[in-house]
Parts: sequence; C-alpha cells; structure tokens
Amino acid sequence: MTELLVNLDRRWIFLLMAIAVMIPVVLRKEFPEYPSPLVQAVFDKVESLPPGARVLMPMDYDPGSEPELQPMANALTWHCATKGVKIYYLALWPVGQQMIDNTIAKVLTADFPSYQYGKDYVNLGFKPGNEGVIKVVASNLRELYTTDATGRSLSEFEMTADLTDIRSMDLILNVSAGYPGTKEWVQYAATPLGIPIAGGCTGVQAPLLYPYIPNQLFGLLGAIKGAAEYEAALKEKYPDYGTLVNDKGERVRDPKYTKGIERMGPQLIAHCLIMALIVLGNVIMWRRGGAA
Amino acid sequence: MKRDNLIILIVLAVLAILVSVKHYQTGTTTGQHYVQYRLDNKVLKLNETEYKTAVQGIKTDESLTEAQRQDLLGRLQYSPLRTVGLWIGAFLTLATFSFLYKDNPFYKIAEHAFVGVSAAYWMVVAYWTTVVPNVFGKLLPYSVKFSMVPGLDLDEIVATLGSRSWMQGLIDYEAAQGDGLTATTMQLMDVWYIFPLIMGIMLLWRLAPTGAWIARWPLAFILGTTAGIRLNGYLESDFVKQIQSTLLPLIAFERDAAGAIDYGMTFYSSMNNILLIIGVACGIVYFFFSLEHKGLVGKASRIGIWVLMITFGAGFGYTVMGRIALLVGRFEFLVQDWLHVAG
Repeated sequence: MTELLVNLDRRWIFLLMAIAVMIPVVLRKEFPEYPSPLVQAVFDKVESLPPGARVLMPMDYDPGSEPELQPMANALTWHCATKGVKIYYLALWPVGQQMIDNTIAKVLTADFPSYQYGKDYVNLGFKPGNEGVIKVVASNLRELYTTDATGRSLSEFEMTADLTDIRSMDLILNVSAGYPGTKEWVQYAATPLGIPIAGGCTGVQAPLLYPYIPNQLFGLLGAIKGAAEYEAALKEKYPDYGTLVNDKGERVRDPKYTKGIERMGPQLIAHCLIMALIVLGNVIMWRRGGAA
Repeated sequence: MKRDNLIILIVLAVLAILVSVKHYQTGTTTGQHYVQYRLDNKVLKLNETEYKTAVQGIKTDESLTEAQRQDLLGRLQYSPLRTVGLWIGAFLTLATFSFLYKDNPFYKIAEHAFVGVSAAYWMVVAYWTTVVPNVFGKLLPYSVKFSMVPGLDLDEIVATLGSRSWMQGLIDYEAAQGDGLTATTMQLMDVWYIFPLIMGIMLLWRLAPTGAWIARWPLAFILGTTAGIRLNGYLESDFVKQIQSTLLPLIAFERDAAGAIDYGMTFYSSMNNILLIIGVACGIVYFFFSLEHKGLVGKASRIGIWVLMITFGAGFGYTVMGRIALLVGRFEFLVQDWLHVAG
C-alpha cells in the first residue's frame, strides 16, 4: 500500500481535487461566516462615512484574479453606494478598466439607478506608469487625467471639476491582485499623505501586506475569505443585502453579492483534502524512515 | 486498463453525468444561452428553454396590451455573439485544464491564443493610454481633440500651461503667419514632452541593425528615476514607518478616547506586542551572517527560523486559498454559466 501511494500518479490528486471542488459548486453548499477584526475595521470605516464623502477605489486586477476579487469589489461598491458616498474609480492595470466597467454595470447601474455618472461616481480609467501614476495623482491629478475613461473632460463633471489631487479623498479602498497594487498605494499615497487606506487583495498578496497593519493599512480583506466575511457583515447590518425582487414580487437571492460566501464551501472541502494529503505524505515518509 | 485511460475515462464520465443532470433539470443540453431579460434595470440570464417559454408566455398572455407585449418582447434579447463567446470560453477552459492530463494540441491552442490576444491587447492599450495622451495629446492637443479624444479640454490645457514668456516670441510668430490655428497649436504644445519623445525613439533604436548603444541612455534614465522613486517610497513606508510600528510598549494599557489610561493592562495586547517585538528581533538576528550562530545569537536565530517558517506557512495557506478560489471560479463558469446545471 505504501509503495502504491509513493508511486501514485499525481493526476489522481488532480482528479480528487477537481471532484472535491466540483461537488460543493454543484450542490452550492455554504457555511456560516463571521467578520474578523481586520474585515470589521473596513466595514466600520465605510459605515462611518457621511453621505457625499469621497472614496477612491483603484481596481488593480484582471480576469485572472476575478473569482477572488470581484466579490469584494461588488460588496465594497454596494456598501459605498448605500452610504451615498462619491466613488472615484481608477486602474493601474490595463484590464482594470474592464473590471471597473463590469462592477459599475453589475452593481451601480443595476441596483442603484439613482446613482448618476459624474455626480455620484466617475471612472477615471487606466493609466500606465505603475507607482509613477500614484506619485503624480498625489500631487497633480490633472497632469495625467484630463479626461475620464470615455474621453470626456473632467471639468464637465460636478464631482471632478474641482479635483486637483487625491489629498481630498476621505478613504482609499484598493482592490488589487499584485504589482502595482495595495503595497504601492500604501507606499506612495497613504503613508506620505496620511489618507486612510484599506485593501482587498489576493491570497498570494495578503501575507506581504500584514506588516502595514494597523498603522499604514487599517483593514484588509484577504482573499476570498475576506470577501465572504465582508458579505457576512453586510448581511448582518442590511438584511436585504444579496437579494432582489423578481417579477413576481418575491425577494430572491442575488448571487453576485454572495459569491464570497458561496465560494468558501468548496474552499473548506479542498483545504480538508490538502491537509489530509499533507498528513498522508508525512506518514508515508515516517514509515519509510525519513526523507526520500 | 492503462492508468492514463482510466483517468480520462473518469473525467469523461463526470462530464457525462453533469450533462445528464443538466438535461434532466432544464430539458436541453445546448448550454446556457445568454438571453438577457431586462426588467427594472436588472439583467437576468435565461437559457434556451426559459427563453422559449418566456416568449411563448408573453405572446399568449391576454392581459397584456399590444404595446406592453412589444415592450416585453423587446426586452428579451437573444445574443448569438454572447452564446458563441460562452462556448469558446468553455472550450478554452477545458483545453487549459487538459494540460493536467498531459501536454496536447488543445492546450497549445489555448496557450497560443492567450499569448497572442494578450500581446495584441497590450499593444492597443499602450497606444491609446500612452502614445495618444502622453505624446500626441501633449505635443499636438489640437489635432488629438478633433481626431481621437473629443473630450480634451483645450482651455484647461492653456490654463495649466500658463504664460510661457520664453516661447512667447515663437507663439507670436506663428500667429502672425496666418489663420490662427497655428498659433493655437503652439499655445497648446507642452514642448517639454519632446524630450520623452526623443528618448522613446532612442529606446527603439535597439531594434536597428547598428547603434544599439543609443538605447542605453534612455534605459539608464528609466533605471535611475525608477530607483529614485522607489527608494523614497521604501525608505518612508517600509523602513521608518515599520520601525515606528515596532516600537511598542511591552505592557499595554487600555486607554479612553482622550488617550488616558482607563481600564488597566490588557493581556491580549501586551502578548501581541511582546510576540511582535520578539519575532522581529529574532527574524533579524537570523540574517546576521557576520556573527556565528552560537550561544544567545544561535538561540535567537533558531526562534527567527520558527518565525520565518510560520510566515511561510501562512503564505502557503493563503496561496492555496487563492488558487482554489480561481479553480472554483472556473468550475462555476463551467457548471453554472455553460452547462447551467446549478444556479
């Protein structure tokens, strides 16, 4: 048996993992989530914003990390719109522009029809230059951004007519998948300018951002778990969160707002499988008398 | 049966079961058709059966007026392009997954398509976000406004540039030449951007058969400025601030809103601070290679290794979570969007 496991074709592991993930996806098995202190800090901060406060939301990710980050982008946008704050979107990743468009279409256009472009939210679009862009918008936004993402002059819009730099922002909520992302926003905007910043990031990035907590980064939505916890916090505060009224007048679930919680079901099964495989591997090594 | 064949047989069996379940649930095996049903700004996706049922229901509903009927039918938009896109997406996802079995032509197709599309996308994005606004937009804003970016605010550009006495003679000369448009062009031109343009051309010189050394000068400029910008950011954010964040009291007290000690010592905060300081100190000692790791230094570096191992473990755990989330995202696409088995 030991020899069989030692020589096991790794494709059996892939198949096991696929089945472990696929079953909860099909069955839509969910588990309860509770916000951790880092997530609660972000929630409380957004909750404390007065209507009309300015929030900068850089969306620095692409479709490759969309399953992890889109749930938190949706939840953060929903929360900001519910609080009536002014949202300034921009992107340091080329495809971030499409991620912003996607979030606006799914959340603001669909569920906040009274939210007006240019008055309540604006999409500044993508600019190349990585941290260089952050350095410039920190001192002179108009140097880089003369128009919005659609090519209309920023002077046309009520919320950008007097915008000269990002110092007037009350909060930065960055959703990022790597470089450039939350780390660069902390280094070149939040720390030197003293603007409060919180981030939503991929699992790979999260351990790298922990050293900035709590002085330079007051909260963090780490990976899909962070998104699920934020959704749970929203559901607790706003019972109607994650639901919509269908054409029969019934309140039904709106899956786009609960993707984080939904995706934690497969996570649990997959993590159990990985832990079991790690234990099994160690037992085999121990029985064979040490490292192979 | 060979092991390879058994694995592929199991995969095919799982897919066959999913398709059967889908057929049982929806009465069709054609995958989800992206029919968008717009109602109160909400977009609902319907599959083929639901689409046909909805159209039939609207046509036969006698309570609707003709105008209401046409309005509702107008909201049902069958999108063949989206449907084809969905199938291409499913094919490419499965083709990419097929690499886990072994390298094969389907995986190669997906890989090459990804590389090609990414390169083309980057090229287009770079042109519209770098070349147009930063080169043409700064040097020839008048032409850019009327050919590429109609939203460009020329008055704002003139106001931003301000008065430039050192080139006023040139502006006046251009104005005297004729129709006024030339003068406008000179007034709008940010001549400093000629230098980045020249450096950009120099950078491309490395593609020429001779004179590749010319590209080294702009490259040196890029390296220098990047190092300068990063050094500044790292010093302030990752060095000074990090040291400040580590200077913590070993015995922490709870304080009231005014900052005065109010509730006495807190065990949790104190332990947190002690662990953090020990962790940082021992982690740094581990990287002290100029001292032999013996005695107190040896013990501290041993603790440092443990701290590093715990950090790597946390990093591995987070990475696993991230990768599984991506896998879940793809499976949701296959199961819910494409096969429409659940959701």
